[in-house]
Amino acid sequence: MPFVGPEVDWFALSPYVAMVAGALLLMVVGALTPLWPRGLYAAATVAITAVSAVLALFVWDDIGDSGPFTLVGGALAHDRFAMLVILGILGATALVALITDGELRGTSGDGPEIYALLLSAAVGAMIMASANELIVMFLGLETLSLGLYVLAASDRRRAGSQESGMKYFVLGGFASAFFLYGIALLYGGTRSTSISEIVVWFQSTVSAERNDALVLAGLALLLVGLAFKVSAVPFHVWSPDVYQGAPSNVTAFMASVGKAAAFAAMLRVLVVALPFHRDDWRPAIWVLAVLSLVVGSVLAVVQTDVKRMLAYSSVSHAGFILVGVEAAGHRAGEADAGSGVQAVLVYLVLYSVLVVGSFAVATVVGRHHDGSTGLDAFAGLAQRRPMLAVGFTVFLLAQAGVPLTSGFVAKWGVIQEAVSERSYAIAIIAMLAAVIGAFLYLRIMVSVWLHDSPEGVTVERVPSLTGVAVTIAVLVTVAVGVWPEWLLSVTESVATYAR
Amino acid sequence: MIAATTSAVQFPLLTVLVFLPAAGALLITVLPRRRPEYMKLVAMLTSVGVGAVSLWALRNFDSHSGGFQFVSRHPWIESWGISWHLGVDGISLFLVVLTGLLFPLAIVGIDPHNEDPARNKPYFAWLLLLEAGVMGSFLSLDLFLFFVFFEIVLVPMYFLIGGWGYEGRVYAATKFFLYTMVGSAFMLVSILATVFIARANGLGRITFDLIELAEGASFAASTGRWLFMGFAIAFAVKVPIFPLHTWLPDAHTQAPTAGSVVLAGVMLKLGTYGFLRFGLYLFPEAARWSRSLWLTLAVIGIIYGAIAATMQKDLKRLVAYSSVAHLGFIVLGTFAFTSQAITGSVMQMVNHGVSTGALFLMVGMIYERRHTRQISDLRGIQQVAPVFAAAFTVVMLSSIGVPGLNGFVGEYLVLIGAFLTARWWVVVAATGVILAALYLLWAYQRVFHGEPDEDNRSFPELRWREAMTLLPFIAVIVFTGVYPKPMLERIEPAVHDLIEHISDRTGYVEPQPAAVEVDDSHGESE
Repeated sequence: MPFVGPEVDWFALSPYVAMVAGALLLMVVGALTPLWPRGLYAAATVAITAVSAVLALFVWDDIGDSGPFTLVGGALAHDRFAMLVILGILGATALVALITDGELRGTSGDGPEIYALLLSAAVGAMIMASANELIVMFLGLETLSLGLYVLAASDRRRAGSQESGMKYFVLGGFASAFFLYGIALLYGGTRSTSISEIVVWFQSTVSAERNDALVLAGLALLLVGLAFKVSAVPFHVWSPDVYQGAPSNVTAFMASVGKAAAFAAMLRVLVVALPFHRDDWRPAIWVLAVLSLVVGSVLAVVQTDVKRMLAYSSVSHAGFILVGVEAAGHRAGEADAGSGVQAVLVYLVLYSVLVVGSFAVATVVGRHHDGSTGLDAFAGLAQRRPMLAVGFTVFLLAQAGVPLTSGFVAKWGVIQEAVSERSYAIAIIAMLAAVIGAFLYLRIMVSVWLHDSPEGVTVERVPSLTGVAVTIAVLVTVAVGVWPEWLLSVTESVATYAR
Repeated sequence: MIAATTSAVQFPLLTVLVFLPAAGALLITVLPRRRPEYMKLVAMLTSVGVGAVSLWALRNFDSHSGGFQFVSRHPWIESWGISWHLGVDGISLFLVVLTGLLFPLAIVGIDPHNEDPARNKPYFAWLLLLEAGVMGSFLSLDLFLFFVFFEIVLVPMYFLIGGWGYEGRVYAATKFFLYTMVGSAFMLVSILATVFIARANGLGRITFDLIELAEGASFAASTGRWLFMGFAIAFAVKVPIFPLHTWLPDAHTQAPTAGSVVLAGVMLKLGTYGFLRFGLYLFPEAARWSRSLWLTLAVIGIIYGAIAATMQKDLKRLVAYSSVAHLGFIVLGTFAFTSQAITGSVMQMVNHGVSTGALFLMVGMIYERRHTRQISDLRGIQQVAPVFAAAFTVVMLSSIGVPGLNGFVGEYLVLIGAFLTARWWVVVAATGVILAALYLLWAYQRVFHGEPDEDNRSFPELRWREAMTLLPFIAVIVFTGVYPKPMLERIEPAVHDLIEHISDRTGYVEPQPAAVEVDDSHGESE
């Protein structure tokens, strides 16, 4: 039988193609030319993501007309769910590229490599978000992770960065193995790795014919792998060390793009592929969510390093997002499935912007204090850099969930879903965890605003592109906080999947 | 309360009340920091403007109507059934006016004690933002909107206490923020649950609109009780009701004077107002069911606050504890479920704002002069500053509740109204009035009487600017005390409607004074 290649819809694939081509082009041209003048690498990266984002918007529009379908022989899903996450990933990547310029400028690390790695890792994340085939999802996961391993270790001057890369690599490899083994078991149970076929298999077989043990074991292993990637407790132990050691711009990328892609993949696996086992996975998600909320916010409070605090707070945010996943699990697969998935995706997009903004400030302060991001380094920031302090405060208040910021909209969305599904306990736990978390953000704000600048500390230099990134992030945070309606109505249709 | 009175005024009065201070805060943030004198000017003009608008609302308020007036309603987040819905009725009217008047006085009359012109900018910006938040809380008729404002006021207050407070300010500010936020956490879940359960029980759609929820939804008794408790925790922390009050003495003592004035004057009322507007109105059955709990805690608060105030060595802390006692009266009146008592409660909210606001102001003036708040450091001030002492006396007597001054009217109405339904609680609470006289007069005696020692001999007399700041307070104190009718006749229709709503929902019959004998057993058996 001759091999018949799948039909390729180039238009639908254009956002991915643009990113891959851009990454390759940047790498090749960058390698052949002498060091570009300041900011150009970052500008080129932003331009590539912008092109991809514009194409993604066209695709988004197109999906509205043609409805969701699958691409390349069922390997990729062509739906708004994927496109929303992809747009979030592209936005976060562009912001990270802007910060990266400030972090790298004038160091030996400056060059096209980091940007090319960012772009290729982002492609991996995009594939994860849209994979309709578990093997493809794994490929996306590995593309993202390999990029991240190198990026985490990319600051060759600091041993901490090397250590961070190594830790992430070892533990990440372990998690990938879990994920892969999970796919294998699921394949054993359902005879396919394609999400479409898995769904069909569940719909067409009666439960007596199924091998539930294999499916459940596979589900459990997949969950472990994904929980590692989203750093949910008890699979979070890598994240504080890695977040602290990695260069701040890379940490921002991990916490935004990495987390968004992993959560998108989690939703694909749980809600799209395995809604028939929702009563099996939902309790597991419940436990993960509660543990992440409580452990993340409590441990965040006792840290003394701001990057570690943000790492633990990102664990707590993962808990919040899991609350949304849990809510989405109540009626997963039904015709009227509620808007839990929408709430999760909105949270992911908004959190990505917030976390990049927060780490952008951390890059500025950390760079100025020889890589130290201890709470002391932030003392008196308001006296030295008032505008930067204002921006940082907006991000912190948003993360605490104060109204009129995007963080409030995000939190409200997931809690609303939890309450509408009558998961009152988890909603209350989440809100109380948010209070503990608020103490953490207040601690940082106290240091920034109320402590005096230590003697002899000079004023931080704010690289212009980092300033741009912080400004954009602040504007998004406040705009969405005050007027969330547009985002909510635009994302209303994200829960129709191609499968 | 169903039909909102269509007002002839097309001007979006209430929206202006919220946005004007917010715009002022925004303007201050964009002004160049090299010109600190502009900051104060902008803050003054804005707050005076807000005060004028609130007075205009008072003037145009239709005193015969119990419904919401000047209603403004626009869709905001339609996907979630949330609208920008503002309105004012007799219950909120005077709180709005109080807010409108307290802020300009706090801004014009007091400078932050560690004044550094460079820091004027954030100080005034935070104050104006606070005003916007407080206004919004009192005017919101949408649960989401209310929650947004209720939460947002924490941020400026946190920074005001933390940035311009006294020695233990960071601790106090953090405690204040976290305490209130714990309460809000429960309220948020309760709000959402209310909305979703209401959709399933009578409304058929998602809306956060207070009036639609209160009139359209019916909750099973046990459900309503859970939901009510969620709200009640948030309000109880905010009031604060014993034993959730421990944030208050710290926050009040450490806050800058303007912060204390605003905190005592209007922010605590967010709790008592919340009970009336959201607790009783949305969940009448649950409120009736839990009344013994609140009455008891209120009475404990009255006695405890008074005793604790007696023992304080710090004058500001004394005033703070007296707030715990005063707010106990307001809660007592609220949960007595008679028109008189609730009217008295609403009135007492305003009175407490005026008299305690003025007390904090004067304690601030003492601190400015002597750089101490310790009672033992002060002596014989009456001899060196008789006018100051006279003003203090009037304010203090109002706080005690002496007839002829405003405090008496509210307290008397609460006690006499509650006597019908909560006799034994009232009997105990009435001793709180005596204790109030004890701690305030004793403090007065120690601070103002006697021979001034070396440090106090040079205590400066009341200055013109200070006198002008205090004058409106004293005018309100005397006017309301002598002639409370204009105020009462505006509050009463709204309270009457609220009681009627409760009667409709629970079959509760409000006892009339003539029927004391009949209702006697009713009151005790519950």
